[in-house]
Amino acid sequence: MRLGELPAEQRILLPARAGTIAASLAGALALAFLPWKPVAPVPDFVALVLAFWCVREPRRVGLGIAWALGVVVDVGNGVLLGQHALAYSLLAFGASALSRRILWFPLLGQALHVALLLLIAQAVAVAVRLAAGAEFTGWTIVAAPLLGAALWPVLSVLLLAPQRRAPETEPPQ
Amino acid sequence: MEHSPPPFFRRGPAPVVRLAFFVSLSLALAVLDARFRYADGLRGALALFVYPLQLAATVPVELAARVAEHFADQARLREENAALRARLLEASRAASQAESERAELAELRRLAGAAERLAVEATLAEILHHGRDPFARKVVIGRGARHGLKPGSPVVNEAGAVGQVTRVYAFASEVTLLTDKDQAIPVQVVRNGLRAVAFGGGASGMLELRFMAANAEIQAGDRLVTSGLDGVYPPGLPVATVVRVERDASYTFARILCEPAAPVDAGRYVLVLGGGARLAPGLEEIAGEEPERRATKKKSRRREPDAAR
Repeated sequence: MRLGELPAEQRILLPARAGTIAASLAGALALAFLPWKPVAPVPDFVALVLAFWCVREPRRVGLGIAWALGVVVDVGNGVLLGQHALAYSLLAFGASALSRRILWFPLLGQALHVALLLLIAQAVAVAVRLAAGAEFTGWTIVAAPLLGAALWPVLSVLLLAPQRRAPETEPPQ
Repeated sequence: MEHSPPPFFRRGPAPVVRLAFFVSLSLALAVLDARFRYADGLRGALALFVYPLQLAATVPVELAARVAEHFADQARLREENAALRARLLEASRAASQAESERAELAELRRLAGAAERLAVEATLAEILHHGRDPFARKVVIGRGARHGLKPGSPVVNEAGAVGQVTRVYAFASEVTLLTDKDQAIPVQVVRNGLRAVAFGGGASGMLELRFMAANAEIQAGDRLVTSGLDGVYPPGLPVATVVRVERDASYTFARILCEPAAPVDAGRYVLVLGGGARLAPGLEEIAGEEPERRATKKKSRRREPDAAR
């Protein structure tokens, strides 16, 4: 069987470049800082991309990067400092710990796992905020992590594209 | 003998240890920020780093808006032009009238020996983005300490009061809108001069007059303007219109809901008023405090949990 005929998830990928990881995280930050309308449930792109790299490259993207990103998001959005940092740290821990298991599943199963992780991260952020004296804003906030998980298959295809090698054609004998 | 893995396999502390470290770091940061405001220096430094990202994020949106504007059809533009010209005429008429009235008022004030009110200086600022925080009503504007902004300055747009600058970074500032749960503004009913304090309604996007007696002389449709008693907002800015008054005999206070006069979702520009706002004549002696001190006191009071409710 030739390499080019294998289904997508069984092909051997090139190692991820540090540049790709950094660029995707910066892109997610820029998306998070877009002037969104405050009413629409906007998925947390930074959490999603972070979870992706924690699952794919748990030895290179981990808690330190997650925490630093969280603080940057906190500052950029002008929210309580440490709220996203805590949520992203837990998210990175969960994603790294489950990375072997998650990669075993097809994309849809992966998305379900990620939905749970994103929900937990969101719940932690909300809990920190409620403890600091904010009032609960209603259950629409659950929509954002679910939307984020729905984007997981698209994101996987997009971010893995630079790692795919061109299908090798064997020279005719 | 101590056994340690060769450096090739070394992976640093265990994941759980690392998690505990970062979790405690985050919680410490949250407590410092929420209770003591010690983290403002760190926030300012990081904001400098985040600012280019925020600018970069607004560029495509602006570009799209510009392209759409470019292709707007001629007829609509002409119509808009005519409407604007009519409004300009109207405004210039009102302005000339206001001019004469202001002169007359200054004359009267001088006669009465009252202090002349200073003209307020203003900075035009563009709204960069609405914070992605569902718990607070805040926007980030593209003017900061470099442009002379100070925390506590009132922010207005063409329709009336919008909010107050609460955090100032080097190139950007954060404006807390009137509808934020922690924001309050002293107001006055135009019809009869009744004074009250309007509080933000949070997620509902409305304002609320709290602690008004159930028999207070107020009705739906009343317009509210700033009273200027706080020395922050200049008096006479439109704030809100009363939409509903619920009087229940079993409560001491009436429940009064108002709709803000200046919706920020519509416009992209706001005016930040400079330090020219002053207390109403006669109140300076009573207050007898520096404006900065008053501002910090107000802030610390805002930070406390709502014990009054």
